[in-house]
Formats: sequence, C-alpha cells, structure tokens
Amino acid sequence: MNWIDIGHIDDIPLRGARKIKTALGCVALFRTSETEVFAASDTCPHKGGPLSEGIIHGQSITCPLHNWVFDLNTGQANGEDGQIATYPVRIEGDRILIDGAKLVAQSAA
Amino acid sequence: MTQKLVIIGAGMASGRVIETLVETDSDAYDITLFNAEPRGNYNRIMLSPVLCGEKTYEDIVTHDDDWYAQHGVTCRFGEHVVAIDPELKVVEGQNGHVPYDKLVIATGSAPFIIPVPGKDLPGVITYRDLDDTNAMIDAAGEGKRAVVIGGGLLGLEAAAGLAERGMDVTVVHLMGHLMERQLDEAAGYLLRRDLEKRGITIRTQASTKAIIGDGRAEAVLLEGDETLPADLVVMAVGIRPETRLATDAGLDVARGIEVNAQMQTSDPDVFAVGECVEFDGNLFGLVAPLYDQAKVLAHALLDQADAFVVKDVATKLKVTGCDLFSAGDFAEGEGREDIVLRDPSKGIYKRLVIEEDRLVGAVMYGDTADGNWFFQLIKDGTEIDEMRDTLIFGPAYQGGDTSDPLSAVAALPPEAEICGCNGICKGTITDAIANGATDLAAIKATTKASASCGTCTGLVEQVLQVTLGDAFELPTAQPICTCCDLTHEDVRRLIKSQELKSQDAVWQELGWKTRNGCHVCRPAVNFYLLADWPLEYQDDPQSRFVNERKHANIQKDGTFSVVPRMWGGITNPSELRAIADAADKYNVPTVKVTGGQRIDLLGVRGEDLPAIWADLNKAGLVSGHAYSKGLRTVKTCVGTDHCRFGTQDSTGLGIKLEQALWGSWTPHKVKLGVSGCPRNCAEATCKDIGIICVDSGYQVSVAGAAGMDVKETERLCDVTSEQEAIDVTIAFVQLYRENAKYLDRAYKWVAKVGLDWVQERIADLDERARLIQAFELSQSIYRKDPWAEHVQTKAAQYQPMANLTLEAAE
Ligand code: FES
Repeated sequence: MNWIDIGHIDDIPLRGARKIKTALGCVALFRTSETEVFAASDTCPHKGGPLSEGIIHGQSITCPLHNWVFDLNTGQANGEDGQIATYPVRIEGDRILIDGAKLVAQSAA
Repeated sequence: MTQKLVIIGAGMASGRVIETLVETDSDAYDITLFNAEPRGNYNRIMLSPVLCGEKTYEDIVTHDDDWYAQHGVTCRFGEHVVAIDPELKVVEGQNGHVPYDKLVIATGSAPFIIPVPGKDLPGVITYRDLDDTNAMIDAAGEGKRAVVIGGGLLGLEAAAGLAERGMDVTVVHLMGHLMERQLDEAAGYLLRRDLEKRGITIRTQASTKAIIGDGRAEAVLLEGDETLPADLVVMAVGIRPETRLATDAGLDVARGIEVNAQMQTSDPDVFAVGECVEFDGNLFGLVAPLYDQAKVLAHALLDQADAFVVKDVATKLKVTGCDLFSAGDFAEGEGREDIVLRDPSKGIYKRLVIEEDRLVGAVMYGDTADGNWFFQLIKDGTEIDEMRDTLIFGPAYQGGDTSDPLSAVAALPPEAEICGCNGICKGTITDAIANGATDLAAIKATTKASASCGTCTGLVEQVLQVTLGDAFELPTAQPICTCCDLTHEDVRRLIKSQELKSQDAVWQELGWKTRNGCHVCRPAVNFYLLADWPLEYQDDPQSRFVNERKHANIQKDGTFSVVPRMWGGITNPSELRAIADAADKYNVPTVKVTGGQRIDLLGVRGEDLPAIWADLNKAGLVSGHAYSKGLRTVKTCVGTDHCRFGTQDSTGLGIKLEQALWGSWTPHKVKLGVSGCPRNCAEATCKDIGIICVDSGYQVSVAGAAGMDVKETERLCDVTSEQEAIDVTIAFVQLYRENAKYLDRAYKWVAKVGLDWVQERIADLDERARLIQAFELSQSIYRKDPWAEHVQTKAAQYQPMANLTLEAAE
C-alpha cells in the first residue's frame, strides 16, 4: 500500500467527478455523497466514453455517451457485458487518498 | 311539433338531460335554460382540483357557449327564477316570463348552514360551486389559517385544497371519525393519519358553538369554549335539496321534490332531476345516480319507456395520496361477518362484510385497485362461498390465476361497471374497442368512460390492454423510470401543488425508490424544479448531462465543440477575428458554419475550455448555448435593411428575441426563425417558433419540426406590433416551460395539449402578462453567460485533480 494524498474532498462537487492522470491512463474519482468517494477507470469499455462526465446516482455512474450504468462498488456494467477497473480510496479527515501501489501494480500485471 | 321546454338549473344532471335530448331528437323541444350562476354546465366533481390549483375552470367546462348555441339552447344565465306558475304554465324569471309545455326543475342542492351565531359573517364560505371555490382561492394565502367545519367528502376535499395552497387548516368534525358515512373507524384513522401528515389538524367529536369576529370571521368557538383562530371558515357539513320554487308552486315536496320513476312531479308537466329530488325516500348526492335520472327523464320527455331504479353507489375520495374506496353496507350486525386484511407498513386496510354468503359491503384504504371487482360482487349478490378464503386478496387470486396485474380486469364480466360517474360498463368499452377505438381519447369520445372525474382512467387503459394485447401501448401510466411510480405529468403537477422545492423533497414526498434518482429522472426533476421555483431552487449541474454541465457539446472522441452566440446571426470583423485567433491558438481542427447561422469550433480539448471561453469573452462573445435544452438560435433574414422584399426589420426582431430569451432552460431545445417576408428565407416555418413578417405585422407560428419528424409550424396568432410579437413569443416559451414534459419538443407538447388550448392561454391578456412576468422572474437568475461564470469560479474543475504519472514512475 502506498496511500497518496490527491486532494481535498470538496475539490470534487457533490455527485460530481474529477479525473487524475496515472500511468494507467485517466482514473476518475466519483463523489457519491458528502463523505463517500469511489475511484475507477475513466474510460467506458463500450466506446471509450469519459465516465467522469457522466451522471452519478446512488453508487452508480451513467456513461455520458450511451448510458451504460456501472456499479462503482464492483465496476460491473448493469445488464451489459462490461466492467471497469476500480481502485481503493480512503478518506482521512477532509483528504482523499488513493492507493498508488495499486495503480502501478496493476500496470505491471 | 316542437314543444317548449324550460329547464331551471344548469348542473350536471340537467346537462346530461339536454345532451340526451339533442342527440336523440333535436327537433322535439325548444329549450330555454335558466341558471342562477352566470355560466353554464361544468364538471362540479372537479372543483377540488380547481381549488388546489391542479386545474382551472376552463379545464372543467362541460358545455361552453358554442355548444349551447350549436344546439339551439336559449341560455338565461345569471338570472334567478322568481316563481313557477303551473296553472298558466309560465316560469317567471327576473328579466321576464317564459311559457312552457314541459318544465324541468334541476335546482340542485344548497349547502346546509349550521344555525350558530356568526354564520353570516364575511369570511364564512360554503363549498358548492365555482363562485365558492373562487372565493376560497381568493381568501387562501400562505400561512393564513382556515377552519373547515365538516369532515365528510366535501369538507376534506376543501381542507386538502386549502392546505395545498399553503394554508394552516383545521377540520372540525362532529362525529368520532372522518367520513363516517363512507368509512369505518380503521379506514377513518388511516385517512386522518394521512391528512395529518400533510399538516392538516383534525378535531373529531368537536361541535361548533359560534363563529366570532368583528365585522368578519376571526375564530371558531367550540363547545367547551376553545377558540380556533381563523382567517377563513368553510362550512361543509352537508347539503339539502333546493326545493323553494317547487314548494311555492304547490308541488309535493318532502325532504326533496317528490318524483316517480319517470322523474315526474305531482304536476304531470313538471319534472325534476338531480340533487333536488326525492325518490322512494332517497336523496341523491353522487353523480352516477344523477346521470341515470337524466337519461330516464330525457326518455320520458320523448315518450320513451324507461324507469329509474336506485342502485348501490361506491365512493372514492379525490385527494391525492389518500386512496380510499367504500361501497355497500358495512355496519356491524347480527349474522354479519368480517374479513380484514391489514398491512401497517404500507398503510393498507381492507375489510369485507359478508352476510349469508354474499358480500354486502367493502371498505378499503391504501390499495383500492380491486374496489370495482368487489363492488360488482355486491351489486350482483354473487355467492362467494367458494372463494371465501381468498376473497380479500381480490380477483387475481381467484380461479387459479396468479399475480398478473391485468387479470383482475380480465376477470371482470362485461356488465361490470368501469366508469362510475357515467355508468359505463366493461362491455360498452370492449364494444367500442371492437368498433375501432384504440386509445383512451377514442374511448372517452365514444363512450364517455373516464370523461368525468377521471379516477377510472387507469382501469379503462387496462381494459384496452387486456382487449388489444400488444397492440395497445400504455400511454399515460408510464412512470418516468424505475426509480418511481409516477409519470412525468404527475411529478410536474405534484411539484407545483405540493410546493416541492428541492430534490430531496421530491425524493421523499413522491416516494422515490432510489437514493437520488438516476440519469433518466434526475435531469427531468431538476428542470421541473427550476422551472417552477426559479428563486427557491438552485440549478444542479450534477443533474445535467455532460453538455449542459460543461456548457459545450461532447464529441464522440471526448473533445468538445464551442459555439459563440451571434445575436440574430449578425457578426462583425472583430468577432470573426477573435474566433479565428482562438481557432489558431487552441489548434481547433474543424471550423464549421451551422444551420442556425453560427460558427462551430469542433475538437476543443476539455482542459482548454475555460481558456478559450475567456479569450472569446474578451471579444464580447458569450455562450451560444448550442448544447442546451434551452434557447438555441434565432435565425433571421436581412429584412428591410437590405432586402427589396422585406416588410419589417426581421433581423432587429430576431436580435431582440434572442436577447430576451437567451440563457433560459426549456424542456427541450428551442429554435426560432424570423423571416422578413413570406418568401421565408430564414426557414421560420419549421422552427419551434417561427415569425413571418408581412405588411400588416407579424404572423407568429409555433410547433414546427425539422428533425426526425418534419412538420410545418401552426399559426398561433397574428399581431400588429413588434412588441406584441415579442410578448407572444415569450408567453409561449413560458407556457411550454411550465407545462411540457421534459424532452418533449414544442411540437410534441402542442400536439398533446392542443393548439386551441395554447391559443386560448396566450390570447387571455391576463394570462399572457402572468407568463411574461414569470419568465422575466426566472430570467433574472438565468439570463447570464455561463462561460464567464465558469471561467471565474470553476476553471479548476476542468483540469485533472492530480497527476500521478510522475509518482507512479518513481
Ligand atoms: S461509450 Fe460508454 S456507453 Fe457507449
């Protein structure tokens, strides 16, 4: 584990998303409630839609291009054959931490 | 030969008499219709939706002036009848005598006024007709207090309506539970709980001693000397037949005007119908028996054999969220047995009363879907011995059929009544379907089913579905999405009537099944809230699709397109230079001229958006909203400035319109065109709103389309001045904002509500002024450049939050 502080929780609007650049490509951080943030690949497996531009509802994200809906807990697309990678995130106080080791480790895998 | 028929009273019963007469034999009678109210027949059952603001008087008119004129009915509205002379066969009106061959008394009922001191004070209102309703609407006001005396059907509808208008309402009821004539205690309790949840205070076993106040009602004094402060007192304790004219004329009158089964009074040439009559010791207050009487009376007047019989009636309450049904006799008694089903978590209560193997009564609260099926068992006196164990679960559990929601309807026999108001049974509807009616509108038109109070609409649709199978698409009952059970129309209506002003209020009060909606419903709800409550509700960018959130159109490769506004399609060298410079600076791969006379910069990277906007802003360019469900463009031709055919300054008008409308959100995109002459170079007649300038002024037309559907606009109205053209356009846009379903283009919406309705609203100058004012209020918030705002306050969000590529490489 290599927890990296990537910012203040209020840098992401409530029910909004921001991206971070990583060696694996863009990863999106989704703020689903006041104190809940998920991290997952920003790229939709369907036709590459930018998921951080989608609408966040409950613990799901709808892709802005063709409305695939992904469960942010598992990354699984609802009713479609597709899945996005998800990454561990932690909230400490107001700060958002992401596991940098995971981002590298997966790229190596 | 044509005889003279005089009718006193233009209510629902006499209205139905006239309809039947003119349909069967329009030459039989010359009809004169008196009405003390200064208007004709309207649907009184719908007064409570008018009271709570869901409908207007125009929505509930049954017969308008045209209708009377077309059928040759002489109307004497607003004129009281002074006396009837049965000897001379003359009716004496305030403005003169009218002789008759046959007379129909349809004077209805008068509210019962409890004889307490203060009953005549101003501020004490009854609830019977439109004037009462309007008086209540006028007296109502946010935070003011109302006391409703009477906890029966009418009183509760009044209370709910006033509460929806923001009043602090207390219901004072003499008996131990509400609606004691229609409900038992358990159902009365659930009703009370639901009403209390809406903030209505209920006082049962409370007796009114006096209404007190200096010059106007200020409080209600109860027995026991408690006072309830009140700005408005509604007296709704009951009604009594209005029989004065009949009594004075010497007709036989008991509690009501006595009639035989042909609705004939003690004078053979005088008939009576409706709430003023007494038949066989019975009085009548619900609409179903009144319509039966009306039919019998029309037949009697045409010398056709028919006889009125008293039938059981069922009751439903028209208060949203209080779902109750009762029918038959449910008093406890010897030899009677109860079957009760409760589901406290859902607030459901059902009770059936059985006597000698037959169902004699049913009370239901919370889930009344099977009401009509039970009602039919009661009316038919069906032996229920065999299904006794499963009876309370309804028809779905009978005969081995399982849980198909439609099987209840499929199981109904042809003679089962579907529409209680008009006495239409299932067979009549299936016949109409066999004769080619395939949707609700056609059923309404051919059978009148669901044309009165409308509570059976769902049932009628189910009959359509059962009969037509897949050929029928359920049009109205379609919920927005799986997050809720309500249609777009329901949600819009409830946001207005329940004054829901936040997303959380909508989720909670309208029973959303998800935490905060989904990508289907949340954008719609966000729009409805901001359209109805521009000051109270703040637009939520996270409830918008990416284009509207980012104020740019996302392209399939994830880049964006940027379209600056060019007012009326007019630009100048310095704007063009700024656009060219921006295109160079941000490596814009494609520059395209759009169909709406704008310039589109395609392929801008998301991170660059705030910077390119800031550059364009510096040259005075603002967002063209090419991405929004809002005003897009006003396309113009050059008009009188340059064109030898131009009749008016079409470009100038286009610019003014664009400046008035820009920034506003609408259910779907709105495009305008203004052409300077009928040659129509701006292609205005396929826009949402198209204006054609002519020598005499401006032709404003609406509801065109040039997309998947192509449709020419329809003429809304012709106006003479430019200002009027602007006013009418704004009013139309606001009407569309207030009423249309999210994602319905204007042409789809107009097709649903009808151009006539739109024209009437716009032609009504008060309504037009209100619409313009409401639009301006909303524009005081939204008429601004979102680009400039984002550059200033949100630019950081367009950049990645962190860059870990370096760290990962370490
Ligand atoms: S690219 Fe995401 S749904 Fe098509």
